[in-house]
Amino acid sequence: MACNSSGCESGCYDREKDNGSKISVEDAVAGGGNQESVCVKCKCNEPMTFGDGGSDDGRFCAECFRNNVFGKFRLAVTSHAMITPSDNVLVAFSGGSSSRVALQFVHELQIKALKNYEASRDRSLPVFGVGVAFVDETAAFPALSTETVDASEWIRSTVSSLSPPAKDLHVVPVESVFGSDSLDARDRLVKLLDSVPDDTGKEDLLLHLKMLTLQKVASENGYNRLVVGSCTSRIASHVLSATVKGRGYSLSADIQHVDARWKVPIVLPLRDCVRLEITRLCHLDGLKTVELACRSQCGINDLVSSFVALLQEENPSRECTIVRTAAKLTPFYFNKIPETDDSNVPMATQRRLKRFNLKYDGSMTTEAFCPICNGPLNRSDSSDLDTFEEGQEADVLYAACCSSCRFQILPEDGSYLEQFSSFLPDHMISQVKHQKVDSQAHLREKIKDCLLLDDEEVV
Amino acid sequence: MEAKSKKAVASRLCCLCNLRRPVLKRPKTLQQICRECFYEVFEEEIHQVIVQNRLFKSGERVAIGASGGKDSTVLAYVLSELNRRHNYGLDLFLLSIDEGITGYRDDSLETVKRNEVQYGLPLQIVSYKDLYGWTMDEIVKMIGLKNNCTFCGVFRRQALDRGAALLKVDKLVTGHNADDIAETVLLNILRGDIARLSRCTSITTGEDGPIPRCKPFKYTYEKEIVMYAYFKKLDYFSTECIYSPNAYRGFAREFIKDLERIRPRAILDIIKSGEDFRIATTTKMPEQGTCERCGYISSQKWCKACVLLEGLNRGLPKMGIGRPRGVNGDHKMETKKPGSVAKSIESKQCGSLDF
Repeated sequence: MACNSSGCESGCYDREKDNGSKISVEDAVAGGGNQESVCVKCKCNEPMTFGDGGSDDGRFCAECFRNNVFGKFRLAVTSHAMITPSDNVLVAFSGGSSSRVALQFVHELQIKALKNYEASRDRSLPVFGVGVAFVDETAAFPALSTETVDASEWIRSTVSSLSPPAKDLHVVPVESVFGSDSLDARDRLVKLLDSVPDDTGKEDLLLHLKMLTLQKVASENGYNRLVVGSCTSRIASHVLSATVKGRGYSLSADIQHVDARWKVPIVLPLRDCVRLEITRLCHLDGLKTVELACRSQCGINDLVSSFVALLQEENPSRECTIVRTAAKLTPFYFNKIPETDDSNVPMATQRRLKRFNLKYDGSMTTEAFCPICNGPLNRSDSSDLDTFEEGQEADVLYAACCSSCRFQILPEDGSYLEQFSSFLPDHMISQVKHQKVDSQAHLREKIKDCLLLDDEEVV
Repeated sequence: MEAKSKKAVASRLCCLCNLRRPVLKRPKTLQQICRECFYEVFEEEIHQVIVQNRLFKSGERVAIGASGGKDSTVLAYVLSELNRRHNYGLDLFLLSIDEGITGYRDDSLETVKRNEVQYGLPLQIVSYKDLYGWTMDEIVKMIGLKNNCTFCGVFRRQALDRGAALLKVDKLVTGHNADDIAETVLLNILRGDIARLSRCTSITTGEDGPIPRCKPFKYTYEKEIVMYAYFKKLDYFSTECIYSPNAYRGFAREFIKDLERIRPRAILDIIKSGEDFRIATTTKMPEQGTCERCGYISSQKWCKACVLLEGLNRGLPKMGIGRPRGVNGDHKMETKKPGSVAKSIESKQCGSLDF
């Protein structure tokens, strides 16, 4: 649930209260002269003023503000069992403010765990491991190569300063999804992106490739969790852009605290924090950030960001309402931490997982997923894969994708589609074949008890 | 502009019939087509929507919600045309609501009266003054320019049902188009109304209420409706309601206009998303009863129209606006003087489509 209403100080209110009110601050102030110079939470320290024009400025002292933000992070981590002692966690770091805060908070959790470990007599709870990954997108944005080199230098020094405990840094070029031959891979990436006619589609495809890169780094280096710093504001934009792209069915999969569709489950510990809090925290703690120009968006994504910014001006709690609405959509079975081999998991963790009912039964119905965006497919509008038995790889790809990817990413023309298909990373193509085989098996599973003959060949 | 296909030069011939010169670019698909093909494809798509969604049964009496605006005029025209062409077997009527807005509704009603003659469809007019004792002008004088859309919307819904009952019709059709529904989907996301979000994309609503209503224009673009009316030279009244500039819906509308420019199909994609949202069926329907005061369908003790009316009659314009306090409006809470309009905190309910 976005914005724990008790702790949230971003100005977001329950539906109970009238919204959009900055008046209440003035009302409180008008009541008594002393009140304006005291933190409204602890009532002793002087409140911080950020002077950024955002809501709730000058209400909380530095300490209460910080505790509030960290508190939301920690609550998300513990109530969703995002990080447990036996885990090895990879933090996706872009250099931006959200991922910087995520990295900082994960580091602080790790320090605490280390302190507890060293202080405990039996040393029963190990300290979780932390690594950092930065995806280098120079191949897609050649004009930014110097900027990116500078950024990775800065990232390297930042990560090494977050020690002890030491953290491995993995700087991976986005084209590494294609393989280790860097020139060949780079070339293939450029060809792939060039063959996408739609600007928004190109941007989204690059995002999907980035995720594949992160997954590759994580699984090749023994990480079992991927921490992504997406905040409430980013998720609000995603809700609207997914709606606008016809991705209403798969939306609820993308916006939960946990996304275990992937080999290495993704966790979003900052999901309940708004961007304003995060930038203020960076300011407060002196956390430096770097914004690479390739972050800027185009097409639909850019339009949605501007729209959300406009809505925020009109009412600062709008982002929270958007995410709260979307949170009422039914999540998928994979929006929970998956079942693990219990022998490796400490008893305390097992008890907590059971208490919060956080494990999912892996043998439940599997969804089919789009090979490009990994979105769960709405069965009712996916094409019949079987009609493409003997079809070209491109036709099979077309049938396997969701309607949004079909429109904005796949090229229209048959021959261009063939070419596009050849440029895709092997992982995506194998998803197509996997899905095809799966659908037949899936159907068989449903009617198994009524089949009289075992032989699959008999129709 | 993100053009998907590789069109370099405008083709010399209509891309559907390849016979005539193209005179327009179709807003939905950007195809360059001639007038005749546009009429054909426009009308045929609506016919398919009607057939595939089984909107009508032969012999039904159907009232067309007619405001005199472009949507309802085109609806009346196309529906009577399709009724004839495909033998739907429907008895069509025009139903118009007079909210009592001078300079807007009185002019548009003249248009509807002309439509009655032009299309040969019997007309019934129902007025807020007769039903409720208040015109919108009087209401706005009392409550100001915020939340007036809430009053109008709630009153209109009931007025349409009562008009439909007077005409003894089986069904009501309204001219809500794809743009309207896309706006409503976005609005419901922005305002946290998950229950409405699950209902607002239904092409037929109120099947368990007094009069079912449907929206044959659910997949029809507003721009195409305007284009159709323009080329066919249909008689309609083209001004916006004089009280609408403050409606929150305006945000969504601007956004959708910008979206349409970049990617025309996004409007249909929003509707598709709305249909596909995974919403638990338990959140869908509030419990249905009847209003204690007037007997109309209501999920609370009193229907919303009665609550609002009570507020107006007692000089408590905020009653029924914002979140309900206690059981369906605790009247003791309100202590404001009659006619007071200035509020420091106003909730944004304007522009909600209560369907």
